[in-house]
Amino acid sequence: MPISAFLTDPSVCIGCKACEVACKEWNQIPDDGFEWYGQSYDNTHALGASTWRHVLFLEQKQPMGSQLAGTDEPFRWQFLSDVCKHCANAGCLEACPTGAIVRTEIGSVYVQPDVCNGCGYCIVSCPFGVIDRRSTEGLAFKCTFCYDRQAAGLMPACAKACPTQSIQFGEINDLRQRAKTRVEQLQQRGYEDAQVYDPQQTSVGGIHAFFVILGKPEEYNFPPAPQVPTIHLKTAWTYALASAAALLLVVCGAFFL
Amino acid sequence: MKNIDQLERATEARLDALRDEAARNGQVQTAGIKPSGSPLPQSRAEEGYYGNPLLKPPVWTWQVPLYFFAGGVAGAAANIAFVAHALGRDPSLVRMALWIALSGAVASAPLLIADLGRPSRFLNMLRVFKLRSPMSVGAWTLAVFSSAVGLAVVCQETVLRGYTNDVLLALRWVAEAAGALTGLVLLSYTSVLLAVSAIPVWSENRQLLPLHFVASALGASAGILELLGFLNPATNGMAFVAAAVETCLAVSIEMRGRPVDAPVREGRVGWLIRAAGTLTGPLPLLLRIFFARTFGVRRVASVCFILGGLLSRYAWIAAGRVSARDSKILFDLQRGKT
Repeated sequence: MPISAFLTDPSVCIGCKACEVACKEWNQIPDDGFEWYGQSYDNTHALGASTWRHVLFLEQKQPMGSQLAGTDEPFRWQFLSDVCKHCANAGCLEACPTGAIVRTEIGSVYVQPDVCNGCGYCIVSCPFGVIDRRSTEGLAFKCTFCYDRQAAGLMPACAKACPTQSIQFGEINDLRQRAKTRVEQLQQRGYEDAQVYDPQQTSVGGIHAFFVILGKPEEYNFPPAPQVPTIHLKTAWTYALASAAALLLVVCGAFFL
Repeated sequence: MKNIDQLERATEARLDALRDEAARNGQVQTAGIKPSGSPLPQSRAEEGYYGNPLLKPPVWTWQVPLYFFAGGVAGAAANIAFVAHALGRDPSLVRMALWIALSGAVASAPLLIADLGRPSRFLNMLRVFKLRSPMSVGAWTLAVFSSAVGLAVVCQETVLRGYTNDVLLALRWVAEAAGALTGLVLLSYTSVLLAVSAIPVWSENRQLLPLHFVASALGASAGILELLGFLNPATNGMAFVAAAVETCLAVSIEMRGRPVDAPVREGRVGWLIRAAGTLTGPLPLLLRIFFARTFGVRRVASVCFILGGLLSRYAWIAAGRVSARDSKILFDLQRGKT
């Protein structure tokens, strides 16, 4: 099977949230609170157990590309549809003690809802703050990459519903190439801060849902250098076992006092 | 499903509140809405996405820190029992320590199960064994530890009632040794569980947490033995070393100026950590130095250490919640600014 990927390009996103709606409808996700955050047009706020696509509304003090007029008060409005990154080295998958979280044949990270027992360790192990536990079921949920649709040869619901092809779906190497081309195109049009967000240099080893972004990753709540928590295994276990061995020595010594 | 009326009422109520605030103060302070001449907020990279937290806080409830404590005490007690037995010390101490280990193990499983989102599926923990998942290692360790100390207690009580043979005695040694060995993992893996996570204050303390959890487990275990009347030089020595290590750790938390440690130094949680550090560190240490021969004072020192150890586990989980909310420190860490 080819490895699937998402390329999300905010430069053509119109903030319609069709992806959020399509995702909810196809995956039959319950409501996420109907809360009015009063924050721009964003009332979804963040990804979570019941929010697998989240359209950010970002107001930047930057001119639009090669804009000439009105640059004394520059302004650029960005929309970006955030989603689970389906990391090459996934913190949630490594942490899962039940084996509920698996790597699928299309390279995605999938939570099997009939195996998960809701221990909550994946939640603190995700460097992107994506996965969460839904209180009604007590299980961890996140984007499934529409595993069921892909198995039937369909593209994920969000990509299908996107009216501007801001969400592109395809084979990972094709899309990485397309992202590179798009960034070059944007830079030629005056968007000098355009870049691909796909942390391949860190221990996460790249993501299967990458983004073309304008500005810094931080503005989109993307960690600039995400790490998979298991890089700390060696240090933590070394200190833990050394301390435990020291405890045994102290206990032995104490009985000779 | 909420009905439409309810939904509209909630939305209208929130809009009214925003309008009220705007009329009163001239602007609205809610994250993202700070209009000054323009209706739109401006993003600032150092705040992340309008100050919304990047990470998700832990969902663990009160059972988890209590389990950390019970598991720690049980693991240390199993080692005290094994060593005391191997060195041929007071059999009543061996017996009591083994019973403490079993009690801790028996208390641990229900605490862990109650915290699950789906408690009926707790056995799924033993579906696979993943060396790379501290949660998986911990679940298996607890299972083996509980079986081992359970068997050790059964063998011990049978022997003490006069039914004895070589097989039973050998079985008792094997069970006690297995309990001690898995006990060492049980009392320390919980620190690895926190350290191997995306929460900055936990992962950046991956060297301190193991030492702290181990020292705290030893001191609490020795303290419980002292409270049960085993006020001998051995328990005093263990409790003394634990308090000395805890004092060093408490001082090092205070001395380090790392921004990532803000949750364990500042605010309500900072004071909880400080209180716990005082109760397990300098307070019992001084009491044991100056009143080593006064049994009453040693009991007070034990109570302090036990309470401090328990409090500290709660405080470290709470610190994780605070740390998950602070994206700025996360960004600085990842950009190498600290």
